[in-house]
Amino acid sequence: MPEVDLGTTPLRELNAALHRLGPDTNESHWTVDHPAGRHAIAAGLAVPITVEINGPVGYYCAGMNKLATVLIHGSAGVGVAENMMSGFVHVAGDASQSAGATGRGGLLRIDGNASSRCGISMKGIDIVVKGSVGHMSAFMAQAGNLVVFGDAGDALGDSIYEAQLFVRGKVKGLGADCIEKEMRDEHKQALHEVLERAGFDGEIDPGEFKRYGSARKLYNFKVDNAGAY
Amino acid sequence: MCGIVGLFIKDPKLEPELGRMAAGMLATMSDRGPDSAGFAVYGEGQRDHSKLTLRGKSAASIKETAARIGRDFGTAKVTLHDTHAVVGIDDKSLPRLLDWLKRESPATELVGSGKRMALFKEVGRPANVAERFGLETMSGTHAIGHTRMATESAVTTDGAHPYSTGSDQCLVHNGSLSNHNNLRRVLEREGLRFETENDTEVAAGYLTWRMREGLSLGDALKVSLDDLDGFYTFVVGTENGFGVLRDGIACKPAIMAETDQYVAFGSEYRVLAGLPGIEKARIWEPEPATVYFWER
Repeated sequence: MPEVDLGTTPLRELNAALHRLGPDTNESHWTVDHPAGRHAIAAGLAVPITVEINGPVGYYCAGMNKLATVLIHGSAGVGVAENMMSGFVHVAGDASQSAGATGRGGLLRIDGNASSRCGISMKGIDIVVKGSVGHMSAFMAQAGNLVVFGDAGDALGDSIYEAQLFVRGKVKGLGADCIEKEMRDEHKQALHEVLERAGFDGEIDPGEFKRYGSARKLYNFKVDNAGAY
Repeated sequence: MCGIVGLFIKDPKLEPELGRMAAGMLATMSDRGPDSAGFAVYGEGQRDHSKLTLRGKSAASIKETAARIGRDFGTAKVTLHDTHAVVGIDDKSLPRLLDWLKRESPATELVGSGKRMALFKEVGRPANVAERFGLETMSGTHAIGHTRMATESAVTTDGAHPYSTGSDQCLVHNGSLSNHNNLRRVLEREGLRFETENDTEVAAGYLTWRMREGLSLGDALKVSLDDLDGFYTFVVGTENGFGVLRDGIACKPAIMAETDQYVAFGSEYRVLAGLPGIEKARIWEPEPATVYFWER
């Protein structure tokens, strides 16, 4: 299986090689060493392969990811898995601001903390953060789930649409039009499913989380359209 | 865009390495700021002596000025760094030297003064700027640096950072201030003078003014959150360390690392990637609207 050392191989060469892979490739497991915080590592993947990155990455790692699994054994810079379409991205360390921004699908798991604006404008992605998230997380979040085991910073869910936010710890403050909502069985079940997909099989109790979402005062919500989200 | 770096040495054994480490960090930030670069290095101070950094129009002109200072001030110790000269002078002779500079060499600019700070900045790729000034060979306790991608004013040496805010104190900035024109008018009424249209010079002037009015640097930074409008990450160098402040939105990146040997600041993790022991360092992002200081 290919092993690429970014200390000696140019980053563009790695990304070009990853982009050349067809859906039936046998080179389905890649290892990347010495990332040293370089930007846009393994961005734009579109085939079901696994890329393991040993060390910290810079901006937009695994951005626009489709089908692929990207495992980052380190921390991630701004915009990890931004605009992800599908697949799985796992950050073993912390993530900087705008993690999972505008993501349309797939799952982003962050084992450390995520900085400000985590899940900004998320459009269907599921984001699970074991630590805490910074201020203005889920700003204008449209669809998908943001799950936070720790605390959330100020202005959580400001101008939120129909994304679901689950926070186990404290919320410093809710943004405009974001309110706490009742945690019914159907929500516990939905959260349980997200946690299961993120690899937390039965070890986390969904009942410990509070649910937050839109008060639907800021945008024209018609209940007839609810199924579209 | 712009890039900022800061390095504060905790372990004296690492002090001779300060310049080499800072030069590497600065070069990494070329991508964020290829237009100009500058840095302040806090080296050894001498009792009852001051340290001035002078900048000439060219390397030749500052060399000539330095020679004349040497002739007229027997006790002055002058070291040349390309277009800059660092002058060590006993405090008794300092007023006479300042007077001499105004009279004898009005084209020479005083870019920084204090006990320990030397401040250098020029137009050009950061790695080249660092090399011209010989940053790699400098030792000291701490340094801050800046690479500039010009947005608010022209690419000139005067528009390069750091900006001096007082004795042994200087400021670097990543971001852009939106109320700097109005604030400049307010500060000019308070008697401050500005050389450029640059927004960071206004921020530096603002802090100078607040401290002149009696606030500590930490308090001046705190009230700046109310008075400065725009996006910014500031790093302020002081005689004993450096301070960090991000605006309340904190769009402009900032990452810090701490080990037993040093505290380091960078606009991106890449800046820190080459530092010794970084694999085991505590790494975090400074909180918005929070003033941090590292001092010894």
